[in-house]
Amino acid sequence: MELRYTPDEIAFRDELRRFFRAEIPAEIRQRVAEGRHLSKEDIVTSQRILNAHGLAVPNWPVKWGGKDWTPVQRYIYTEELQRAAVPQPLGFNTAMVGPVIAQFGSEAQKERFLPATANVDIWWAQGFSEPGSGSDLASLKTRAEKRGDKWVINGQKTWTTLGQHADWIFCLVRTDREAKKQKGISFILADMKTPGISVRPIITIDGAHEVNEVFFDDVEVPLENLVGEENRGWDYAKFLLANERLGIARIGMTKQRLARAKRIARETPMGEGVVWDDPEFRRRVARIEVQLKALEITQMRVVAAQGRQDASKPDPATSILKIKGSELQQATTALLVDIAGPYALPLAEHDREGSNEPEIMPEWAETAAPNYFNYRKVSIYGGSNEIQRNIIAKAFLGL
Amino acid sequence: MDFDLTDEQRLLKDSVDRMIEDAYGDFEKRKAYRAEPLGWSEALWKQYAELGLLGLPFEERHGGFGGGAVETMIVMEALGRGLAVEPYLATVILGGGFLRHGGSEAQQDTFIPRIAEGTLRLAFAQTERQARYDLFDIATTAKREGDGFVIDGEKGVVLHGDSADMLVVSARTSGSRRDREGITLFLVPADAAGVTRTGYPTQDGLRGAEIAFSNVRVGQDAVLGEIGQGLPLIERVVDEALAAVSAEAVGAMDALQTTTVDYLKTRQQFGTTIGSFQALQHRAADMLVALEQARSMAMYAAMMSEAADPRERRAAVAAAKVQINDSGRFVGEQSVQLHGGIAMTMEYKAGHYFKRLTMIENLFGDTEYQLRAVAEAEDVLVAD
Ligand SMILES: Cc1cc2nc3c(=O)[nH]c(=O)nc-3n(C[C@H](O)[C@H](O)[C@H](O)COP(=O)(O)OP(=O)(O)OC[C@H]3O[C@@H](n4cnc5c(N)ncnc54)[C@H](O)[C@@H]3O)c2cc1C
Repeated sequence: MELRYTPDEIAFRDELRRFFRAEIPAEIRQRVAEGRHLSKEDIVTSQRILNAHGLAVPNWPVKWGGKDWTPVQRYIYTEELQRAAVPQPLGFNTAMVGPVIAQFGSEAQKERFLPATANVDIWWAQGFSEPGSGSDLASLKTRAEKRGDKWVINGQKTWTTLGQHADWIFCLVRTDREAKKQKGISFILADMKTPGISVRPIITIDGAHEVNEVFFDDVEVPLENLVGEENRGWDYAKFLLANERLGIARIGMTKQRLARAKRIARETPMGEGVVWDDPEFRRRVARIEVQLKALEITQMRVVAAQGRQDASKPDPATSILKIKGSELQQATTALLVDIAGPYALPLAEHDREGSNEPEIMPEWAETAAPNYFNYRKVSIYGGSNEIQRNIIAKAFLGL
Repeated sequence: MDFDLTDEQRLLKDSVDRMIEDAYGDFEKRKAYRAEPLGWSEALWKQYAELGLLGLPFEERHGGFGGGAVETMIVMEALGRGLAVEPYLATVILGGGFLRHGGSEAQQDTFIPRIAEGTLRLAFAQTERQARYDLFDIATTAKREGDGFVIDGEKGVVLHGDSADMLVVSARTSGSRRDREGITLFLVPADAAGVTRTGYPTQDGLRGAEIAFSNVRVGQDAVLGEIGQGLPLIERVVDEALAAVSAEAVGAMDALQTTTVDYLKTRQQFGTTIGSFQALQHRAADMLVALEQARSMAMYAAMMSEAADPRERRAAVAAAKVQINDSGRFVGEQSVQLHGGIAMTMEYKAGHYFKRLTMIENLFGDTEYQLRAVAEAEDVLVAD
């Protein structure tokens, strides 16, 4: 047993650390650190810099721009990226549709989509959830019918994150209504400009436009937009979700947020001194740090065991990382609300940059409550925490 | 021991509940009120007055109804259930509280009838950037000049401060920033020369304001209560406000609990209602436990907010706020979780209750702050 990195790994880490801070524009990283909304341009700019240095899609096959890294190196990459507050490369591209196309797509699809996906020349959206199919995703109703040389898609997707920026969408659609529900689903790609696709914004409780409804009304897409085999879409979706595993706990982001919260607590007045002087407050931070350390070591155990475990045996690791990871993300956003105290209350309507309006509250406090509200999502999406517990109980514990 | 309402109180409850249901039952209406010029409904405010709600806690000779803490609890719970956006807390509970407990005969005669009839709105300009929740931490100064005072300083997060006609302002007439002595309260017209207000919406859909006082001249008659002895008055009124807000939080939790359980009974996944999953049943049951514990403490706070001994009052109200905060966070967060994505949307009401409960948590003292007050009171809650 050994906790420390090897000298090579340390050199690898230091180089990434330097790279992220030197190459990704500081103002973009600051917006990430403060929990502000990123523009499409911020995300694209950052990912293109990463891609130009071969760092956008290290998890892909080497042939398509991936890296032949060890699991530990991948872990270091994710950790350092998050700690430097670099915008996460667009997950729909790099963690979801990219690996699916690389694994199951045709050569033509790989050529056409993978380089553009790595470089976000194509911005992808994930069209899985529907109004009636959230946790029970396999019950989805949006259907695609083969007519001549086209698929004709009808139905509705919802919660489509950043769909307003999307060039393309990858969808799960029903292609066989007779088969058992998981067996009649296919994985299809659609250009968002196709006639019949319309997008309607959903505003979330923090006031952000982050998610959308996407409607499909007789949308015709070429047959070649099917990925892999017809009616095997559910397998690809499972492959896609399993891929997310390393990033899922977002430990680097939580560390970054916690470090920032401590910095702010050291500057925020309270009584004769500052918030940080309060032993109760420090104990609360300490408790979060303990849990975060436990999760970090758990994550390292998962990383170290990668490739060695028996793939046929159910493994609770992903669910553990998701449950605790989301809880700690939420705990740190709540912490910032409490540090802000009375100044969590005002709602900043303006965009701070370049604004001449009088300052209502400390700038950092503007995002405290909205982020806390917004982060309720992390225990809901990607398989809710209840669903994760079901997975542990059923698949692992055999209950 | 008696936790029942009297016949009169029940009548009050029925009529307030009915009014709020009419006004706010359709959640879309709340959006419309918020879009009005003041950020809330002036027409509704008239209805509050007609129903006697604006005069509720005042004496009959001032056009009031002589209601006590229980009557206030009834009204605040209804406002919480409706997620009402009118300045009841700021005007009737806070502003009215200062006039009731600190106002001179002349001040009461002049201002209270106008509150009761709905033509005078008040706000409490107290919080300062550095003060956080310490009520005595006041840097704003009021210096004697001639036969009056000159006020200078900055107040923040003044609830409904932007639409108030008059402000109750705490300022220092002697001593230094964190002295308990030397604080005096003033009644200042909001349009007085030297008062600058920056109004804004708050996270929970209400309104607040930052208010700067620069060389603001007021007469001797603006002094509310005793010069230099403002703190006990502030503490008393804020404790009453905390009791009121506790009832509001219970109303909000109650509505959220009902909304969530209704949703569990109707939302289908995996071919059945999600309410059939035991994991969610237990969570909903825990929400009810939290709600009832909060309800008990809101009642306790209401009754104890009128206690003669300030030490007892403070410990009891602080204890209630701790329970309200714990319950409010649990009920709020879990109701969003049990709804899934739908509660994350602006369109659906659950998220708005969650936001209001979150903001109530930090109102006049967060959990740590109130817990410290309970701990400092040592044996007041549970004696040997
Ligand atoms: C901000 C946000 C962004 C999203 N982005 C995307 C996206 O880009 N693309 C996409 O396809 N989807 C996206 N989603 C959808 C997300 O994956 C779903 O919200 C999630 O699957 C839950 O579904 P639901 O909201 O319909 O809740 P429901 O499935 O209706 O669940 C409601 C409640 O019931 C519980 N529950 C359900 N089944 C069980 C069970 N068997 N046992 C115990 N409890 C259960 C849930 O845990 C939850 O508490 C996003 C969601 C949000 C909130």
